[in-house]
Amino acid sequence: MQGRVLVPGEAAATSLKLSAPISFWGGIDPRTARVADPRHPEHDLSISGRVLVVPETVGSSSSSAILLELLRLDIAPAAIVLGHSDAILVLGVLVGEELGYATIPVVELNRSDIADLPDGAEVSVGLEGTVSWSNQPA
Amino acid sequence: MHLTADEQSILDGDVSDAAATAMRILVRIGDILGAKRFVEVSSAHIDGCLYHGDGGVEFAELLVAGGGRVAVPTTLNVGALDLLHPELIREEPHRASMARRQMEAYQSMGCKPTWTCAPYQAGHRPGVGEQVAWGESNAVAFVNSVLGARTNRYGDYLDACCALTGRAPLTGLHLEENRFATIVVDAEGLSDSLKSNDAFYPVFGTWLGRVVESDVAAIVGLPATTTEDQLKAVSAAAASTGAVGLFHVVGVTPDAPDLETALGGKDPKRIIRLQISDILNTREGLSTCSASEIDAVAVGSPHFSVSEFDELDRLIAGKKLSIPFYVCTGRGIAEQLEQRRLLSKLRDSGVTIVVDTCVVVTPILPGSNGVLMTNSGKFAHYAPSNTGYEVVYGTLEDCVLSALTGKLQRDESIWR
Repeated sequence: MQGRVLVPGEAAATSLKLSAPISFWGGIDPRTARVADPRHPEHDLSISGRVLVVPETVGSSSSSAILLELLRLDIAPAAIVLGHSDAILVLGVLVGEELGYATIPVVELNRSDIADLPDGAEVSVGLEGTVSWSNQPA
Repeated sequence: MHLTADEQSILDGDVSDAAATAMRILVRIGDILGAKRFVEVSSAHIDGCLYHGDGGVEFAELLVAGGGRVAVPTTLNVGALDLLHPELIREEPHRASMARRQMEAYQSMGCKPTWTCAPYQAGHRPGVGEQVAWGESNAVAFVNSVLGARTNRYGDYLDACCALTGRAPLTGLHLEENRFATIVVDAEGLSDSLKSNDAFYPVFGTWLGRVVESDVAAIVGLPATTTEDQLKAVSAAAASTGAVGLFHVVGVTPDAPDLETALGGKDPKRIIRLQISDILNTREGLSTCSASEIDAVAVGSPHFSVSEFDELDRLIAGKKLSIPFYVCTGRGIAEQLEQRRLLSKLRDSGVTIVVDTCVVVTPILPGSNGVLMTNSGKFAHYAPSNTGYEVVYGTLEDCVLSALTGKLQRDESIWR
């Protein structure tokens, strides 16, 4: 799949695909990187070190602050794949770069591609925005 | 992005190192959003003063060290402390001191210490068509929808970048062509009595955000008498469950004198007829438990207005409450009420007034679990994850009646 690069970088990790929209503020615990919202289907799963697949973001404008905190603590996702370009999340990564934190790639995929991207697969994100995977679960 | 000579000079560091940092971030975000150039903004509202961890303090202090000064009038959203009643916050010492540093950093850059998520009820009211850069999801939805000013949904720290440079990428809701509704929501089928009740609006907003996500909706069938506080509740709830930055209420909000204008003369891609069952299901979803006893009540998200305080005073009527009852508001509103001696009267009844912050952004509620009752869609949405409390949603009157005894009371007769 060819995505659009929002923040350039390379990563390879197991995907975690969120099956409902999320607000990072109120939705992710910035101290543990776990999904904190008890109403969310992926409640209690950790997003740390995963290729986080986020078809839809909603909610708080503090979501950038939560991602910044995950980057500072080195418990951020390995990469983020978005269903539409979300300036709020991207911002967390850009501010982290200004503060000298390790950066992560952020890629935007179109809606049909992101729908096809599986949960729990080994996903690679390339410098030019390519997204590929193997070990697709049966 | 195309930069004017002035903007290039900001980027080159001629104003300050902080403004250059802000401009560098803005150019990158502008490119990502597909903006061709910047627009000058006349005011900003900054949400980035709320402590979430030390990263936010590092960034604020980087801007201060780089000589950062806001270029336009800028108000501040809540912080993680009640600076007037610090004893209310049960935060560990490191986090409390960092939260204070973060608040002080923004104030030292020339921002007004309003510390409220309802800046539009603290005198910050841009006019129709005015270009601004606001953060805080409810404030964004309100300033776009109810005041008709123009901003995108600025995340924490981009709000500050816009304030320091006086610029925002010209894209999204800054542009008229993106402000027309593409979805029509028809609320005609609901009863007038339900639509006249304040408790309808947080539920409606919660439903709206989930259904429209980031699309602009034009809502028909709401009364012409819909109040600013009711629209505030819609803004907050819709921006919690969706990515709503703008909605129009036909016949009420400034960009929607009639449906055709709200739609920009185009056909909508969807028309949704709101049913009472949608409202009842959404109301159920706002509660996470069916407890018969409650441990605390919290209201004031967004921050309580003067008229909401007057209604609360009428409902409590000098009686004694038996469980903790928190009302979150801005210090400006609290000051007005202090002059009328209303706050001391409410305190005598057992009400705790929280200013500068609120119960879902910092530890205020007793213990780490319990049952919280609220009339706020936003509190109901965020309290379970942020406080550990279960939530029960009710009207303001339900909240007061329940707080008198600690036993849950809800008037079901209004929900029809």
